[in-house]
Amino acid sequence: MEVKTERFVLNMGPQHPSTHGVFRMRVTLDGEVVMDLEPKFGYLHRGIEKLAETRTYTQIISLTDRLSYLSSMTNNHAYVLAVEKLAGITVPERGEYMRVIMDEMMRISNHLAAIGFFLNDLGASVFTPLLYMYREREKLLDLFEMVCGQRLLYNYMRIGGLSHDFPSEFLPALKRFVAEMPAYLEEYEDLLAENEILLARTKGVGILPRELAINASISGPVLRSTGVKWDIRKADPYSVYDRFEFDIPTGETGDNYDRYWVRMQEMRQSLRILNQAIEQMPKSDQMNAAVPHFLHPPKGEAYGHVESPQGELGFYLVSDNSIAPYRLHIRAPTLINLTALREMVIGWKVADIVTTFGSIDVCLGEIDR
Amino acid sequence: MNNLYPFDNYWAHFGVFAVVVLLFVIAGVMAFIYIERRGFGLFQMRMGPNRAGPWGLFQPIADAIKVLLKEDIVPDVADKVVHFLAPVVGFLPVLLIFAVVPFHEGHGLIPDLNVGILYVVAISSVGVVGVFMAGWASNNKYSLIGAMRAMAAMVSYEIPLVLSILGVVAIAGSLSMNGIVQAHDIPLFLLTPLGFLVFLASAMAEINRGPFDLLEADSEIVAGFHVEYSGMKFAMFYLAEYGHALAMSAIAATLFFRGWEGPGGQYIGILWFLVKIVFVFGLMIWLRVAFPRLRIDQLMGFAWKFLFPLALINLFIIAGEMVGFDGDIPWWMLFVNWAVTIVLVLVFSRAYRLGEGRVEVKA
Repeated sequence: MEVKTERFVLNMGPQHPSTHGVFRMRVTLDGEVVMDLEPKFGYLHRGIEKLAETRTYTQIISLTDRLSYLSSMTNNHAYVLAVEKLAGITVPERGEYMRVIMDEMMRISNHLAAIGFFLNDLGASVFTPLLYMYREREKLLDLFEMVCGQRLLYNYMRIGGLSHDFPSEFLPALKRFVAEMPAYLEEYEDLLAENEILLARTKGVGILPRELAINASISGPVLRSTGVKWDIRKADPYSVYDRFEFDIPTGETGDNYDRYWVRMQEMRQSLRILNQAIEQMPKSDQMNAAVPHFLHPPKGEAYGHVESPQGELGFYLVSDNSIAPYRLHIRAPTLINLTALREMVIGWKVADIVTTFGSIDVCLGEIDR
Repeated sequence: MNNLYPFDNYWAHFGVFAVVVLLFVIAGVMAFIYIERRGFGLFQMRMGPNRAGPWGLFQPIADAIKVLLKEDIVPDVADKVVHFLAPVVGFLPVLLIFAVVPFHEGHGLIPDLNVGILYVVAISSVGVVGVFMAGWASNNKYSLIGAMRAMAAMVSYEIPLVLSILGVVAIAGSLSMNGIVQAHDIPLFLLTPLGFLVFLASAMAEINRGPFDLLEADSEIVAGFHVEYSGMKFAMFYLAEYGHALAMSAIAATLFFRGWEGPGGQYIGILWFLVKIVFVFGLMIWLRVAFPRLRIDQLMGFAWKFLFPLALINLFIIAGEMVGFDGDIPWWMLFVNWAVTIVLVLVFSRAYRLGEGRVEVKA
């Protein structure tokens, strides 16, 4: 006998402990089964793209910090890359190495937070792994603070280089971190890898089909979890990424576990890159190109993109030869990754919405820019 | 009743013990909250409460004052009467369970009820009514989901729980809590480890402790059945939850760890009893802090496909032993039972998977 039940609509968010910010989902449920899901965003909209059009090219850097605030450095990098392309500025080699070091530190720091929050979404008592990961993230934040005095919104990169050089104690501290980190990664895996409940909650859950991922232009770990080897650092190398040896970890099925696994492996690859970058970095003092105070890039357009921890972060700039961009558009990776959420959770339970959403690693600051 | 006890008058005994039980539950709950928060701090490399009083000892008192002073908010569209009654119905069974818990030999509100454990099982399942009332009356979808989960989970886990208790009853040959403690010279968790495991898992699900805390599930349904409760009414649910944990720890200590018995137990029996309660609660904290939360279909599957058969097998084994050895189990059966437990748990955990739980949805 089939029992027929009535569907009902549940609003998850905008204020909900697991929406990682102010995000709303209009979920149609049959009991606990998700029949439909409609993402609704815009509750954190600050009009950053519009604000940018009223500021000079340099002033905009501080706005980019506020996009995905857990990966401010890569936001900085993507933006300055676009401006440098537009204005034809070449960054000295040391500056490029410093940017790579910052980017990879940011990737590790972001992934630690992403995995920690994802596990937290599996149940609040499992705050435990999050706190273990925050232990290492704190060390990274200390390093960032050492470099630019900030722990969240760094505003460190500049058009043509960086705001100032590393202090003398930075590189030894970074080397210590890079040497210690593999043991911590092992510790996380010991804590989590064979946890039966974790596997049952994540393996085979929230599958993103490969074709859909490609067609929807999903990027970053979410794309790579489906088995697609696509990484801007390899596909369209920027800075000095073509000088490093590293692999692109990929998953197989594109489920929640694969996304978690890909991030864990990416941290290992970032450590590899950091090791090489520290070794290869030139000793010269030259890290900034000469850039005028008020930049007037020639009329035209440019698109600069980087592999941010969440995926392809791109800045599209149009210049009318004034001191402010005529138009700025941001290709936010998490906004595009989020478009696949509906397909990923239909047929699963309410609890899986939360974990799948967590596995995408969103930052609402970037979505509602 | 032994001579240590001054009240031969029934009403005097009843009055004194009712107060003792109430104080014990409230003090126990406060201690549990403190122990849990400090325990969580220990597991999670942080301090835990350490500001209010020495080592944060006054933290539960500060919490109590806070909830007392908070505004009581009732949703406009709630069913006001049911909304009001739900915390009472939820909390009362917790107090009633302690009527038959023997703190010491022959000492309890009802010192030696001959169907004590049956009473505990019956009373402890009343709590679910309070939870469902709260969820239904709040007129909130999260509450409703939490309430439905509560019904499903608590009713399902009742079955392996009772089956595991039946094993103990079969060994002790008594339904009285006193009788069960006195029945054997060794703690029964050594004799029936499988029974203890099933009991612990089912009890944790029954009292809404992680990883089975789905009716609350703050990461999914915000706080489930009590999302619309604030101030003292919320505190009643909180009290009920920890009171239930206290009760279940007390019952586990009585059934599986010989209650008040221990070296010098005739003088310091209550101390032994408290130590055992804290030990069982410590196990619960450890499990809660280490495991992610299950999903509702996995929770139900775990009860019906994993714990239920194990509980049945355990009962058959115990019953077989009792019949085969005429009620007097030889010491070597200890090793046999442990071996059987290890094999069964390994085999079952290999054979049983928590399951995917996806449903095909037609557009």
